[in-house]
Amino acid sequence: MKILPPVSIEARRLLPSRWDLLAAALVLGFIVAFADTSRLLTQPLSVISGDHLNLSPWLLPGYALRTGLRMLIAMAVSLAFTFSYATWAAKNPRAGTLLVPLLDILQSVPVLGFLSVTVVWFLSLTPGRIFGAELACVFAIFSNQAWNMAFSFYQSLRTVPEDFTEAGRMLGLSPWARFWRIEAPFATPPLIWNMMVSMAGGWFFVTLSEAISVGETTISLPGIGSYIAVAIAQRDLVAILYAIFAMLVVILIYDQLLFRPLLAWADRFRVGDDDRSEDPPQSWALTMLRRSRLIDWMAAPFDRLMRWSYRWHPPNFGLRGATRELDSRLADILWYLLLCGLGLFCIWRTYAFAHAGLSWADFGLTVWLGCLTMLRVVVLIAIASLVWTPIGVYVGLRPRLTRIVQPVAQFLAAFPNNLLFPLFVSLIVFWKLSPNVWLSPLLVLGPQWYILFNVIAGARTMPKELMDAGDNFGVKGWLWWKRIALPAIFPHYLTGAITASGGAWNASVVAEVANWGSTTLRADGLGAYIAEAATSGDFRHVVLGMAVMAFFVVVVNRLFWQPLYWLAERKYRLS
Amino acid sequence: MANLLEIHNVRRSFPRSGGEELLVLDDVNLTLKEGEIVGLLGRSGSGKSTLLRLIAGLARPQGGTLSYMGAPIQGPAQGVAMVFQGFALFPWMTVLENVQLGLEALNLPQAEIRRRALAAIDLIGLDGYESAYPRELSGGMRQRVGFARAVVVHPNILLMDEPFSALDVLTAENLRTDLIDLWTNRKLPIKGILLVTHNIEEAVLMCDRVLLFSSTPARISADIAINLPQPRERTSPQFEDYVDRIYVEMTARRVERMRAQAATASIAMPLHHVSPNQISGLIEALAAPPYDGKADLPDIAYEQELEVDELFPVAEAMQLLRLADVEGGDIKLTHMGKRFADGELNERKEIFSRAIMSNVPLAAHIRKVLDERVSHSAPKSRFLDELEDHMAEDAAEEALKTVVSWARFGELFSYDDDSAMFSLENPT
Repeated sequence: MKILPPVSIEARRLLPSRWDLLAAALVLGFIVAFADTSRLLTQPLSVISGDHLNLSPWLLPGYALRTGLRMLIAMAVSLAFTFSYATWAAKNPRAGTLLVPLLDILQSVPVLGFLSVTVVWFLSLTPGRIFGAELACVFAIFSNQAWNMAFSFYQSLRTVPEDFTEAGRMLGLSPWARFWRIEAPFATPPLIWNMMVSMAGGWFFVTLSEAISVGETTISLPGIGSYIAVAIAQRDLVAILYAIFAMLVVILIYDQLLFRPLLAWADRFRVGDDDRSEDPPQSWALTMLRRSRLIDWMAAPFDRLMRWSYRWHPPNFGLRGATRELDSRLADILWYLLLCGLGLFCIWRTYAFAHAGLSWADFGLTVWLGCLTMLRVVVLIAIASLVWTPIGVYVGLRPRLTRIVQPVAQFLAAFPNNLLFPLFVSLIVFWKLSPNVWLSPLLVLGPQWYILFNVIAGARTMPKELMDAGDNFGVKGWLWWKRIALPAIFPHYLTGAITASGGAWNASVVAEVANWGSTTLRADGLGAYIAEAATSGDFRHVVLGMAVMAFFVVVVNRLFWQPLYWLAERKYRLS
Repeated sequence: MANLLEIHNVRRSFPRSGGEELLVLDDVNLTLKEGEIVGLLGRSGSGKSTLLRLIAGLARPQGGTLSYMGAPIQGPAQGVAMVFQGFALFPWMTVLENVQLGLEALNLPQAEIRRRALAAIDLIGLDGYESAYPRELSGGMRQRVGFARAVVVHPNILLMDEPFSALDVLTAENLRTDLIDLWTNRKLPIKGILLVTHNIEEAVLMCDRVLLFSSTPARISADIAINLPQPRERTSPQFEDYVDRIYVEMTARRVERMRAQAATASIAMPLHHVSPNQISGLIEALAAPPYDGKADLPDIAYEQELEVDELFPVAEAMQLLRLADVEGGDIKLTHMGKRFADGELNERKEIFSRAIMSNVPLAAHIRKVLDERVSHSAPKSRFLDELEDHMAEDAAEEALKTVVSWARFGELFSYDDDSAMFSLENPT
């Protein structure tokens, strides 16, 4: 299955439409509103200090459980969002024109920026209680994983085969029944795949957002992330290793008990080719549940309820004639007026917000820092590509090796690589290396695995006949790479590289500034700029940094990745 | 007998870029009586599937009236069921669940749903497959599920949209005979059937009446009653007469239209994509015994294992290029066509090249532009824009694609897809 590239790459359009601009204004306005409110609430509402955290490994299972639970809740919230937002966007063209570009912008905004502008606001909801901090943490995870899930669901809803929809209508299914019996099942396999990818990023953010300080507000929620933060402060390498091990176990449990069963279950929703050459996904957990009939027993009441609900037909809107058309034109005008107003309001608010505390120099600085971070991302993605492409091809062409390496690569992609940062940072401190250079590899520590497992997937799907033809004509060495291997995996590689580059931008907020005990290392870059502004509670600069970073991401997607992506789809896709 | 379906003066068009409308159905009239199987026969793109979707209530006409059992059709009506070309089975439901789906929507009690679904599965010959998933079944079995799912709701009208065209020849025939058997023995709880097809023999085999669709303008051009008792024999002379008659009907109109077009030849003449290989293939087959230059269209279609949909465009291209003449259900090689058949590859290329230059104004035009330019090259967009002044975007694209493929064979000019440029240079 394919990972979806970001919206702006699927969009096929180079120049931003007015909808993109409106979406950008709305997101900016939304963030500004949060930042503004938070600025007024700068009093430390609740300081949940990390002192209560103990580095005893016996406490780790409890912490791990809490971290895992936060993740699960965020996933449930993201699913609810996906089903409502994506369905709305797909069913209502009027809403869709705005909602889809909105997703694009939201996808490009660095998640940690979101966290720092919203956390104070969330804390203010329940002053003095830990609940607000939990909400902020869940929101951070949500804002990392919801967008691409929603986009995947939206894409699926838009591509439900017409035959299916028509068959549903001919059989007299109500729109509600059609959604649950036809459209949602059709969209399930890609959604689950995207949930897995989202979850991989989610672990990164759940561990980060557990321990965060914004201005004078410090939060430290009990969990693996906070445990690591305390370990870093105390320079305790052994504790860090414990935490890494605990995280591995949590991810393994999620994989075995949640995603393997889901994938195996979703296999039946796969549409199309009946080739069974690839083994269907297996899951011992699902097999166990199916044999025990536990699921049947638990799902029966729910199933009955759904079946009953299908019988409900919405009142017939019989007359769909001229009056409706007039209505819709009127509604169109109102809708556009409303959006225009909202957009202008957001721009005005943003202007006021920026005007009060930002200068052109700030702006110039962030753009310069953005260029630095971009240089870092480009160089490191290039290095990661050079390393992993040959390895990926080598592995992908050997089925037995693939069976071992592929799950490991996916697993490594899910592992929150920020847990590994302290190991690197301690070395940089120890050898007194230049942070500007040596902090950079942290950017691709996690994202690099996307390149590896996509290349493996690409090499694995290379048609046997093409390989045989190459052998037959004695194509070897560099010629073989240039003419056969690289073109064949190119579309897959690109998807991996695009995902990796997005991940690297996001990681820059964490990777460009690193602590080891009382030593702080920093590299010049936009990520460091955002991170430092967030720590000092300087919301204006956080918002500026986020906006510039989102701008960079969207522009790079549009100008660089998008043309390549469509070239690959047109010329190199082996379908 | 009562009319199940009445259609008067139905018109349906699709908006095109540039504000024009593409007329897909024009002034269509049709009735379906109880106990009748009516076939809608025409080439792909002739609007027959569009008509079926209007009847199904899946789309609305721009003009005219459609009524089912006396009431106007305003949406998918209860009592109208459809069988799809691509089966449209839901892969996440078992055979039984797929069949039950339509009954569940009718709010019947669970026991009744089960009883009727099992009865339908039994009737269509799916016994034992109830718990299988569609992907475990062969194409023929899948389409049986499609039939069972339609039949189980006891529809008054069964709509079939090329239900056999996705199946292999043997499976399709097997399914057709089973269906006709059930129908003639009155075992199907159905009052009338409307069958969309592009297969002439299928229409003659199954239908009581065949309506011929002509494309551009899309309307019903003939209504032919097939007065043969069931079961019908494909080899009987009467059967072959009907097939011949329909071939003649279908070609006569097209050839007339082509002649009219050639008289007013402009670069915006619509061209349907046919590869030079297909043309060479048919010319060779025609030139060889037993035809020796002249053949009956149904015969050569059968011989070459070509469907009407595949044969007609090739025959038309040959007519356009004056390599063959199509007349009254026959196709005959012209002098040029015979020379082409006898020639070696280079001679063939030359004949082909001359045939394009003198009969395809677009090709001559592109060549002229390329000759006149100093660079001897021109972008595709230049011609595309020019064409789109006179024809729809997709038609313009297809015409250019056709000209490119013909010109490449005739070595008239070349085209580079990466840069989207026409040029006179061949790679050296």
